[in-house]
Amino acid sequence: MSERVLVKGTEAIGEAAIRAGCRLFFGYPITPQNELPEYMSKRMPEVGGTFLQTESEVATINMVYGAACTGTRVMTSTSSPGFSLMQEGISYMACAQLPAVIVNVVRGGPGLGDIQPSQGDYWQATKGGGHGDYKLIVLAPSTVQEAVDLTYLAFDLADEYRNPVLIIADGVIGQMMEPVTFPEFRDLNTLPNHGSWALTGAKGREKHIVVSFDIDPYVLEKMNLELVEKYKKIEAKEKRWEEYKLDDAEVVITAFGTVARIAKSVVEQARKEGIKVGLFRPITLWPFPYERLEEISKGKKLIFDVEMNMGQMLEDVKLAVKDHAPIEYYGRLGGVVPTPDEILQALKSKLGR
Amino acid sequence: MAFEVILKKPEALTEREFTYCPGCTHGIIHRLVAEVIDELGIREKTIAVAPIGCSVFAYHFFNTDATVAAHGRAPAVATGMKRARPDLYVFTYQGDGDLAAIGTAEIVHAANRGEKITTIFVNNAIYGMTGGQMAPTTLLGMKTTTTPYGRSAENDGYPLHVAEIIKEARGVAFLARTKVNTPQDVVKTKKAIKKAFLAQIKGLGFGMVEVLSTCPTNWGIDPVSALKWLEQHMVPEYPLGVFVDKVGDEQ
Repeated sequence: MSERVLVKGTEAIGEAAIRAGCRLFFGYPITPQNELPEYMSKRMPEVGGTFLQTESEVATINMVYGAACTGTRVMTSTSSPGFSLMQEGISYMACAQLPAVIVNVVRGGPGLGDIQPSQGDYWQATKGGGHGDYKLIVLAPSTVQEAVDLTYLAFDLADEYRNPVLIIADGVIGQMMEPVTFPEFRDLNTLPNHGSWALTGAKGREKHIVVSFDIDPYVLEKMNLELVEKYKKIEAKEKRWEEYKLDDAEVVITAFGTVARIAKSVVEQARKEGIKVGLFRPITLWPFPYERLEEISKGKKLIFDVEMNMGQMLEDVKLAVKDHAPIEYYGRLGGVVPTPDEILQALKSKLGR
Repeated sequence: MAFEVILKKPEALTEREFTYCPGCTHGIIHRLVAEVIDELGIREKTIAVAPIGCSVFAYHFFNTDATVAAHGRAPAVATGMKRARPDLYVFTYQGDGDLAAIGTAEIVHAANRGEKITTIFVNNAIYGMTGGQMAPTTLLGMKTTTTPYGRSAENDGYPLHVAEIIKEARGVAFLARTKVNTPQDVVKTKKAIKKAFLAQIKGLGFGMVEVLSTCPTNWGIDPVSALKWLEQHMVPEYPLGVFVDKVGDEQ
């Protein structure tokens, strides 16, 4: 078993990717995620991999597309404005069914916004982001250890479903140092074989074509329906979430990522004050764990959604909870991180206390 | 008396019928690329990256593994492939809208990095697929569907000389501008394409051939007149020549 080491979130994600067998990283500088490409630029040559600093996020995502066409594990990371620039390429990758891992260390927006932690890209991450009908698998860590574990998992999910996987974090997760245990190095010979479709040279076989395109609408519709079937499979198998002190809870906080870890402090403080609060934390933002949240919400006094945005996950919370319980929202925007105290005060005021 | 095969379809082309208009020289350029791939014996180790534009279907025509890149991004896609699999040979096939307008950043940086890929750049001075709009390479005074009064320098700027821009990039190992409107030029173009592939095969750097090509449909003239028009109007604007050659003559 590996020892525990103290490491920064962004670097932890980079190391986890290398241990997952990723030997290719393309990236363009943007704050607050620069430590990840910087780490990769140092680390990749040590493990026989390649790091390339690109001319733009647009070029980056298309390099990722190209590398993924060959069935090679590949990764990039960026932050919100850069993630916007990547959307066309991500849409192409989703349609062409290309596996890759993309990290978005979300910052305040919209527009140039700022460089502080935010969750303002929830809609962009979970509802498409680019053009056309598609979904990304979206993983939202709330600790550095979880960032490591989800990065390691992300490559397997991407390969299994031939789908881009997005890890959505923010500057808090990215900059924070926590002790983590890294998984073992993946034996590169055990990585999934994409020989049935990848572009590797048509030696002794028919040519392979990887495209996100067909001029015939009936053929394109078939491609779309194939994606729909895949998404159903992912929805059935890959929903992940955490339940924290929900057994006797009368109030359920819904929160993901950084806000969820703050919410744990809120749960503790509220319980000291005699309010039975628990936390429901989606780990996969897509597929969203609707069914479980619905079940949990039944008979609750309040579902209290807390986010660092204008209430984006709130829409999914409403879809899940339906009319089983009242729903309230509290959020901070523009890169402001809420304190446990202010969340608790907001919760108490919603409860009329 | 035994029959001898003296001419056949290159193995690097599939049986698919081309989708190009009558008289368009894309077909000639496709064949040249395929002949070069055959002669170099690299068909089974080659990936083609098709663009957005008339040659979007090139992924069907070349009998190699293939993809279609987002508009203008073929050099980035090819870079990703080559970095992932340096043992394979990767080429992009791009028109002037794709390479010289929306894709200028990607082609300049791929060339400057000395990316070991090959680019076939087909310059016919117009957007074909979308119906004859002005391209960056459209000549001054030339009428298109978006320059109905003729391209004016004041409003639209000047014809973009891609080869002359790219030649300054130190990562370029082979760079030429050719044309395909006469049999002699077809032969010269094939030689240039071969060198652009050899630049990659020998690991020397980025190789590109800008090929002056015709678009009778959108130029609004017949195929034979188009060949002459290319000679009379495009060649003076886009001088032919070999701009960079680090490949040398031994092949």
